[in-house]
Amino acid sequence: MKKEISKEKKNGKGERGKLLVKFLYGSKRFFLTSIIASIIVAVTDTVNPQIIRYTVDTVLGNKKSGLPKYANDLVSSIGGVDFLRKNLWTLAIAVMVVATAAAIFRYIQRMSNAKASQTLVERMRNLLFDHIQTLPFSWHMKNQTGDVIQRCTSDVETVKNFLSEQLIGIMQIVLQVGLSLTMMYSMHVKLSVVATLTLPVILIYSALLGKKIGQGFKKCDEAESALSAATQENLTGVRVVRSFGREKHEIDKFAKLNKSYLTSWLKLSRLTSMFWGLGDLFSGMQVMLIVILGVNFCVNDGMTSGELIAFISYNAMLSWPIRRLGRMISEMSKAGISLERLSYILDSESETDREGASEPDLRGDIVFDNVSFGYDNCPELLHNISFTAKAGSTVGIIGGTGSGKSTLMHLLGRLYDLPDDGSGGRITINGTDIKDIKAKHIRKNVGTVLQEPYLFSRTLAENIAITKDAVNMEEVREAAAIACLDETVMSFSDGYDTFVGEKGVTLSGGQKQRAAIARMLTQNAPIMIFDDSLSAVDAETDAKIRNALSTNLGDSTVFIISHRTATIMNADLIIVLDHGRIAEMGDHNTLMQKEDGIYKKIYTIQMSDPDGNEEVTA
Amino acid sequence: MSREKKKDQQYTHLPYFGIPKLITYLKPYRGKLLTMLVLGIVGSIIDISIPLFQQYAIDNFVIANTLKGLPMFIGLYIVALGIQVASNTRTMYLASYVEMNIGHDIKKVCFNHLQTLSFSYFNQNSVGYIHSRVMSDTARIGELVSWVLMDSIWNLAYMVGAIVVMFSIDAKLALCVLAVMPIAALLIALCLNKLTVLNRSVRELNSKISGDYNEAIVGAKTIKTLVVEDKISSEFKQDTLKMKRTSVSVTRFRVLLWSSVSFFSFIALALVLWRGGILTQEQAFKVGKLSAFMSYAQGLLNPLLWVIDAISTLVNTRVNIERVTKLLETKSDVTDTPEVIEKYGDTFYPKKENWEPIHGDIAFENVSFTYPDGDEQVLENFSLNIPMGTRVAIVGETGAGKSTLVNLVCRLYEPTEGRVLVDGRDLRERSQLWMHSNIGYVLQAPHLFSGSVRENLRYGKPDATDEEMWEALRTVSADKVVERMDKGLDSEVGEGGDLLSTGEKQLISFARAIIGEPRVLILDEATSSVDTMTEQIIQKALTKVTKGRTSFIIAHRLSTVRDADVIIVVKDGKIVEQGTHKELMRLKGYYNSLYTRQYEKEAIQGII
Repeated sequence: MKKEISKEKKNGKGERGKLLVKFLYGSKRFFLTSIIASIIVAVTDTVNPQIIRYTVDTVLGNKKSGLPKYANDLVSSIGGVDFLRKNLWTLAIAVMVVATAAAIFRYIQRMSNAKASQTLVERMRNLLFDHIQTLPFSWHMKNQTGDVIQRCTSDVETVKNFLSEQLIGIMQIVLQVGLSLTMMYSMHVKLSVVATLTLPVILIYSALLGKKIGQGFKKCDEAESALSAATQENLTGVRVVRSFGREKHEIDKFAKLNKSYLTSWLKLSRLTSMFWGLGDLFSGMQVMLIVILGVNFCVNDGMTSGELIAFISYNAMLSWPIRRLGRMISEMSKAGISLERLSYILDSESETDREGASEPDLRGDIVFDNVSFGYDNCPELLHNISFTAKAGSTVGIIGGTGSGKSTLMHLLGRLYDLPDDGSGGRITINGTDIKDIKAKHIRKNVGTVLQEPYLFSRTLAENIAITKDAVNMEEVREAAAIACLDETVMSFSDGYDTFVGEKGVTLSGGQKQRAAIARMLTQNAPIMIFDDSLSAVDAETDAKIRNALSTNLGDSTVFIISHRTATIMNADLIIVLDHGRIAEMGDHNTLMQKEDGIYKKIYTIQMSDPDGNEEVTA
Repeated sequence: MSREKKKDQQYTHLPYFGIPKLITYLKPYRGKLLTMLVLGIVGSIIDISIPLFQQYAIDNFVIANTLKGLPMFIGLYIVALGIQVASNTRTMYLASYVEMNIGHDIKKVCFNHLQTLSFSYFNQNSVGYIHSRVMSDTARIGELVSWVLMDSIWNLAYMVGAIVVMFSIDAKLALCVLAVMPIAALLIALCLNKLTVLNRSVRELNSKISGDYNEAIVGAKTIKTLVVEDKISSEFKQDTLKMKRTSVSVTRFRVLLWSSVSFFSFIALALVLWRGGILTQEQAFKVGKLSAFMSYAQGLLNPLLWVIDAISTLVNTRVNIERVTKLLETKSDVTDTPEVIEKYGDTFYPKKENWEPIHGDIAFENVSFTYPDGDEQVLENFSLNIPMGTRVAIVGETGAGKSTLVNLVCRLYEPTEGRVLVDGRDLRERSQLWMHSNIGYVLQAPHLFSGSVRENLRYGKPDATDEEMWEALRTVSADKVVERMDKGLDSEVGEGGDLLSTGEKQLISFARAIIGEPRVLILDEATSSVDTMTEQIIQKALTKVTKGRTSFIIAHRLSTVRDADVIIVVKDGKIVEQGTHKELMRLKGYYNSLYTRQYEKEAIQGII
């Protein structure tokens, strides 16, 4: 585990680049198309002002064409300027053709950019999801759900924006500005120099603006989440508020936060409107400067009116992109942080099987050989556990809270592994060390019903048949019948199509446990673990389920963890765990013969009338 | 049946997009709104005049080949620019001002109204649902009456102005350009409509994907033991694929929208170039005019887009207005009569001088009760006398409806029939706040508010002194918890008390409940989520604090309530058995079986 942390620190620029390359798999060609299309768009955008200039100067006026030779040849081939003068519609058509071409390539560019960025997001999400699935269980225990989800959603979004909007956007802007400037320089150098000189001012100004506004937005976000949290608290704590009669207090608190949210927004608005206004003023002045100087050049320096009109059009293509560029630059720094946060997940080590791990038949004796175990950095929880579960037998485990019952079973299902150096002993199935068996193979063959089972948000039938490729209703109902769930389900109005989970019904603890048992039964596993999985059902149902199970378990090896002696008394082997050690072991009869034995005590108390003593004294 | 009826009520449409409902909130800002609109129109007039400057420059300087009058021209240009920037800046600020203030006002009204609503409202509507009424609906309404309004006025003004100028230059040419507009408008409207639908499904898919992640992480243990990683992954991939497709569609329509706008602008431009060019050739037109005309023709399409967008926002915001209106028009099931308010004051302005002291005798008198959102009668003709100092225990399985009696005592609900008496008088004869001020409540999930320990304790007694706080903490053995914290009473507990363990939270919420010396104490499964150590501490404190008080103990672990004066056993919402522990054990009924089941578990804890 320590390795992971040091790895995250070492993660330098090179690693980040590598990660980007990994993410970009499959979306590169779309990005490439998008870039090429955007070049064509930028080029076509520069053509129309030229047509207009030509129309104004040469066709309507009487000035030299100023067009490159091939364009002049084209004009003379269709009949020269005179033809155009008589047929102005041809120029209109030319404008339309160029506009259509620009529209088509703009469409291609935007669409391929969307495809690129969405493919990228899809790939990132899938990579993350798949990787999270392969991470060992200990990783899940260590990391907070909310944090991981945040990384998988908003950080993914940030990286996408960086690639599809910022990187591509900057490229487009540079191209557009470059082309516009080229056209401008080709028409009038002096005026172009003036226009160029104003650009850095706009750029720096908007970059600063972007940064400042970004900070303001952050403050507003904070104020908003404080307000939102207060509302949330008030709503979830409505019982407390009411029963203490503190509505007035809540209203005052909310009013204060609401006010501070308002003020921080107004502050930001004042800032943004001022900055925007100034920005508008800059751009407006710049246009004015160009117009006035342009007029001057027209009068004194031989610039044509068509050129001026075109020049003004090109100049208009400069100011906005430059303002956007400024803001983008100020936002780019976020992407690096997000990439690092994503690499934390993707660089966490997945579960791996030992080299040469096999998939043997798991019908056979299960041997715990001197097993000792403690979780990461925690004191040892299990001490020197040794026992043999004969193939096809039933093992009952009983013990107090924290005695290590569940941990013992987690080890068998390889949710946690014993240390590689063998210092924690070993567990074998049919003579093979379980670490030499593929983890998934073991889990497929060890059906586990957890103490607090998790049901997925889908229908009951789909939940029960989740290990199957398709839902087979007969199978589902059969399993549910054994788990004493069928009748209950049939009483629901939607039966097996009842939707479970957040947006569906909430099942009671006992119903959940029984659904989990049914789900496990469809696995037909040779080894089964019931981890205190009947704790929420009453004694009667418990007995019914056990009866049904015993006739259906076949030759499976079964582990039953319970705090109810009645549940495990028929087991072939009963293990009494006390603080991680085996205190007693044997079948019911052997254990009952032990004077002062723990099992005997528990059994006697549980079988007696719980209130017997008091009855006597009363 | 009843559920369907509720749904119908939810979707009654308000006339005029619900705008009349907003007038009250707009009133305080009418001056600002008016200024905003006027300045918006000024701004758009200047926007329209800017191309005229360029036209003037070309026609009068370039074509005439003179610089006469240039200083005057520059002066006017600067003045125009100045006015434009000033009015734009002010308009933006005003729009934002109105937006945020109206959002603020409606949020406040909603929140305040929520504080008076009865419990049935909170049971019928999820926290998330109510939360987004207060936070997001109000924000969208604010946006509608400011930005959307301003945008549409500004753009309409621009369009009208541009069309007027175009007609004044040349009517025929202007008609040519206008002919393009209806087709463009239709296309824009279609795309916007489609986009609204698509954006909604993107939002839904987004929350589905977050949900998928949540399932994969929270359910990790189950997924691993069932070995269904591949299945879960492949299902996730279907969601991300759907997301990709929908997002690409969104872009498709967005691009279609924008490129049709720019395409139609170019059609307009081409028309002007052709027809206008002919006019220029006939010397009826100056080049500058042609250039200005081209600017207008091209500039007309963007405002059209914004106006249509504003209309579609108006249509879509109707839902938000309806939801907020519905919230504000919901009436509380539990209200004090005018006479009671007259005497005892209301929730926000209590007249404490008129409050009688409470003794603590409680009686249920032929009480029948049906939850407002339920059909089944959960109490039928129930009578129980609870003299001061009685310990009442209410037991049953989780979700069996153990809180009903307590809800009635707290007057969070009122009986459908019969009366609940406190000190011999009907609860309805006193104000809600009177009763609430005399109750100490400890919840199963201890709910602390973010803030310091002191602030949380003051929840139980607003004017509590430090000594009183320490006294209360000592009584429930929570003093050690607070001493351990770095700033004592001033230590932050975090959002929802998250900086503390559940046990610590429970102890502090216990202290909060008793600090006001309430005559009635309610412990709602107060020990079900704490560890054994804390439970023992709480148990000890419990014996101390219930002395001399009427107490209701809703219990999960039955061993804790064996010595209660009366135990009420609840199953499926209804009271099935009632009596002392011994009587109930002798009955060999439901209580007996519940008790036996728990006893098994505790037997082990006792031995190992």
